[in-house]
Amino acid sequence: MEKQTMIQLQNVDAGYPGAVILENISFNVFKGEIFILLGGSGCGKSTVMKHMIGLNPVLSGNLRVAGLEWDFDTRTELCRKIGVMFQSGALFGSMTCLENVMLPIREFTSSKKRACCERAMQLLRDVELEDAADKMPSEISGGMRKRVAIARAMALDPEIVFLDEPSAGLDPITSAALDDLILKLRAEKGMTFVIVTHELDSIFKIADRCAMFDKSRRAMIALGRPQELKHKSEDAFVKRFFNRGSE
Amino acid sequence: MISPFSFVGSKVAGACRSCADVCAYIGESVCAFGGILFHPSRFRAGDFFLAFQRAAFDGLVITSGIGLLLGLILAFESAAALRMFGAEVYVSDLLAIGLFRELGPLVTAIVLAGRSGSAFAAEIGTMKVDEELDALTTMGLSPVRFLVPPRVAAAVLAMPILTVFAELAGLAGGAGVLSLMGVPFEVFVEHVTDSTGLFAVVFGLVKGALFGLAIGMVGCYAGMRAKSTADAVGVAATSAVVSGIVSIALIDGLLAVLCYICGV
Repeated sequence: MEKQTMIQLQNVDAGYPGAVILENISFNVFKGEIFILLGGSGCGKSTVMKHMIGLNPVLSGNLRVAGLEWDFDTRTELCRKIGVMFQSGALFGSMTCLENVMLPIREFTSSKKRACCERAMQLLRDVELEDAADKMPSEISGGMRKRVAIARAMALDPEIVFLDEPSAGLDPITSAALDDLILKLRAEKGMTFVIVTHELDSIFKIADRCAMFDKSRRAMIALGRPQELKHKSEDAFVKRFFNRGSE
Repeated sequence: MISPFSFVGSKVAGACRSCADVCAYIGESVCAFGGILFHPSRFRAGDFFLAFQRAAFDGLVITSGIGLLLGLILAFESAAALRMFGAEVYVSDLLAIGLFRELGPLVTAIVLAGRSGSAFAAEIGTMKVDEELDALTTMGLSPVRFLVPPRVAAAVLAMPILTVFAELAGLAGGAGVLSLMGVPFEVFVEHVTDSTGLFAVVFGLVKGALFGLAIGMVGCYAGMRAKSTADAVGVAATSAVVSGIVSIALIDGLLAVLCYICGV
């Protein structure tokens, strides 16, 4: 059976007006996959993600998310299909954790406040943070903030969840717990995950496939399963990158 | 080396882009306020009360203090000149007209621009650096609709309140100076009420509300356009104060011309 394509990039130039960071990128992300955007610092993986989530338009080429291109007419529909967790969590400091998770539910559903609250509590339970519901983001740890941000990203049952460096700044135990959470959510809800990271332990644990970018060549240099890339790639940069971590 | 033509061209193009950006921001803000009129539940009352408390109540002491000093200084400076003609009592007329029509709203607005305009810019600028504005955008929510109306409404409502306090404090300062010069308080009050009509008082308050609108809009705009760098928040706050004071001066100038044309 053919896999359903959730994200399609064809000959995309990524970057900002006047500054091309990556050229001619092409790959697909399939439904239910955990897909990693991988590479060294500054290689453009977050930039590619910003194109995917509609924050910046691609410089050239074709990008389709859930079968649609980002434009004025499709923006609202596409925003309902994706959930995003930013590197810092990007929780709103003037709201409690519960209010943060409730925000998209209240804005985009016609549910009563009580129903929104129950749904948000369920999401917090899913990320094992129901005790933090009434706390402000400043009162919880970095790892907890990221889990609340994941709960918020999942609030409208999106088809695709984007996570920007979920393990950054976390200790190994919290980082591993976050990986387990991602695997659990994928198994329970069948969502597609696109994750930006360069944590090798995390990649080997959760990734189905990954795309690797190289800053100096301004190109995507590898695409495939992480184990395959580590053992079979002929590219010197890919070998060096993967051999610094353990499988 | 850049040729003079390309230098001028890039500057003009940059200015045009900025103008388009400002127009888009104003348009989006108008739509946001319009949306709130039709869907009042969208108004973020919690953010409004917090911004209002910080702008109005937390600013009462400093605004009143500056108003008091302004009244003292005006009274002393003008009394020195008017005393030569034995007309110290007319200091109260000068104070009343000056404070109600011009100086009360103007000085209050400058204080508000320094306190709240910069605070709005810093707050929203920090949210931008922390990717909170991007989070709103990816949720399909407009950052302008979410952040601007509560803060602008707070500034618009805070300004008249602060203006009244600044004006009363200024009059109290002037009354104190005049009492030292032997002008009885009753005479002071009589001259103030005779020289100030209802129009002057209302005009000053409306002017204050307009200044508040400008300060709120400029402060939020500076925060929204902050870059995502370490010094961006400081730059945004400075820009909010400077642009806020310039916009206050512009509005004041326009109103002065309008009053002259209308003969009021």
